[in-house]
Amino acid sequence: MQTVWNNYRYLILRRFSQISILVLYFGANVWGWNILMGNLSSSLLFGIVPLSDPYAALQIFAAGAVLTADLLIGAGIITLFYLTVGGRAFCSWVCPINIITDFSAFVRRTLGFDSIQKRQPSSRNIRYWVFVMSLIISFILGITAFEFISPISMVHRGLVFGLGLGWAAMLIIFLFDLFVLKNGWCGHICPLGAFYSILGKFSLIKVQHDAEKCTGCMECKVICPEKQVLFMVDKESLPVLSGECTLCARCIETCNEEALYFSIRNFRNLKNIGE
Amino acid sequence: MSEVENNDRREFILEMARNVGLATLGGLMWSAYVDEVTASTLVLRPPGALKEKDFLRACIKCGLCVEACPYDTLMLAAPGDNKPMGTPYFVPRDMPCYMCTDIPCVPVCPTGALDESSVSKDGVLDINTADMGVAVIDDNSCIAFWGIQCDACYRACPLLGEAIVIEYAKNERTGKHAFLKPVVVNDVCTGCGMCEKACVTEKAAIFVLPRETAEGRAGDYYIKGWDKNDEKRLENATSEITTTEISKESAIDSLNDGLEDLY
Repeated sequence: MQTVWNNYRYLILRRFSQISILVLYFGANVWGWNILMGNLSSSLLFGIVPLSDPYAALQIFAAGAVLTADLLIGAGIITLFYLTVGGRAFCSWVCPINIITDFSAFVRRTLGFDSIQKRQPSSRNIRYWVFVMSLIISFILGITAFEFISPISMVHRGLVFGLGLGWAAMLIIFLFDLFVLKNGWCGHICPLGAFYSILGKFSLIKVQHDAEKCTGCMECKVICPEKQVLFMVDKESLPVLSGECTLCARCIETCNEEALYFSIRNFRNLKNIGE
Repeated sequence: MSEVENNDRREFILEMARNVGLATLGGLMWSAYVDEVTASTLVLRPPGALKEKDFLRACIKCGLCVEACPYDTLMLAAPGDNKPMGTPYFVPRDMPCYMCTDIPCVPVCPTGALDESSVSKDGVLDINTADMGVAVIDDNSCIAFWGIQCDACYRACPLLGEAIVIEYAKNERTGKHAFLKPVVVNDVCTGCGMCEKACVTEKAAIFVLPRETAEGRAGDYYIKGWDKNDEKRLENATSEITTTEISKESAIDSLNDGLEDLY
């Protein structure tokens, strides 16, 4: 039991966080709770505090609609939150798609699809292109471009308000990640992840690596969904500064030597690190 | 310039061209898809909704209006509903808008896609100013038009006697009965759909359509000369005078023109 907790403590906490957020939204819609109303696009906390997806707000702005005070405050709060806590913490602690893509990666590892498809013929920078393009299309068509195709919205909205054919969107993401591209959606395409990656460049909480303790087993790189951010493992004692790290903490759990751990970013030493 | 450098540059340019090409490909497919799925004209929106184009621009698809609605009237379009994804709508035959006087669905909207001012009169919320659509009667399937007495829609209308009025006419077939025909007053109807819900026919003979779909437009060429208010409509109309050159041929020649090859 102790080892299960030790090896999966953050995973358990993340699933708890992701699922309880969904349950709160669901309860608001079905039983009229007023803790967290709405959905991940925009919500009301305790019936007063507005919270809004800043990326959706950006698209609304690009589409040419007037931004209301509620929307600006809501998007501001969320932006500040993830600026402080860590950009892509959204991805691994809140976003329900993460549960699907993690499962896909798990199946890939255990069944060994990874070993028959080693080459990943695609750049992880696609997401930034998609991000920019979503704003351009929003501007040209006068419509929030990503919000109309977003599987993230389809899934969380579906789980709260009624799924329709939303299960197909889930299956598409699962199969895409399983058979087309490893970490395909979250690690290559998702423009919301790209947005939070940009925020994450400046955020406080970071994973720290201690090369002294590292034995070079590379288990962390196997399990990491964004393994390019762990380039320093077994080489240098550096914090993971890349915004693409989702703070999922799988590397921390999987490391038996405690060579990886959460720490607060040290702004003073930033220059010495060379970032 | 060395061969290697040349190759590097060539590769770089090709790689860039490939990226731009792929971005164009993706962008066009994306645009086409989004343009297509948002082109639905038969969706009824909550009260206070902006014009469809502006509404789609502003709506963040959070569902706060849906949660505020006490009647389960409003729904968010799920994949497979064939409506712009995630946007709120209602189907009056299933559940009409019951026209709450405090309009709870509107003030909760965080983005102004549901506009309070459009459902307010003198700064006070007034649901009777809502414009969700307009009821249309198919007099072919409406049994009141057959001569059978039914005033279900008239009775169900929250603006009783204003949005639906009853027109009396003699039933020539029997010679001794009356038709009690419901007629919708378009300018008053809010499109709440309580009539559609109440309609007794198998498929409702009175139903709500978005105003843009249900109504025609007379345009600037026709005017009710007997109505002073209607003339105001044309105050800002512009006119364009076109001149056609008068034919210089004689009338006979002109009429016979083009008949030469018959002879």
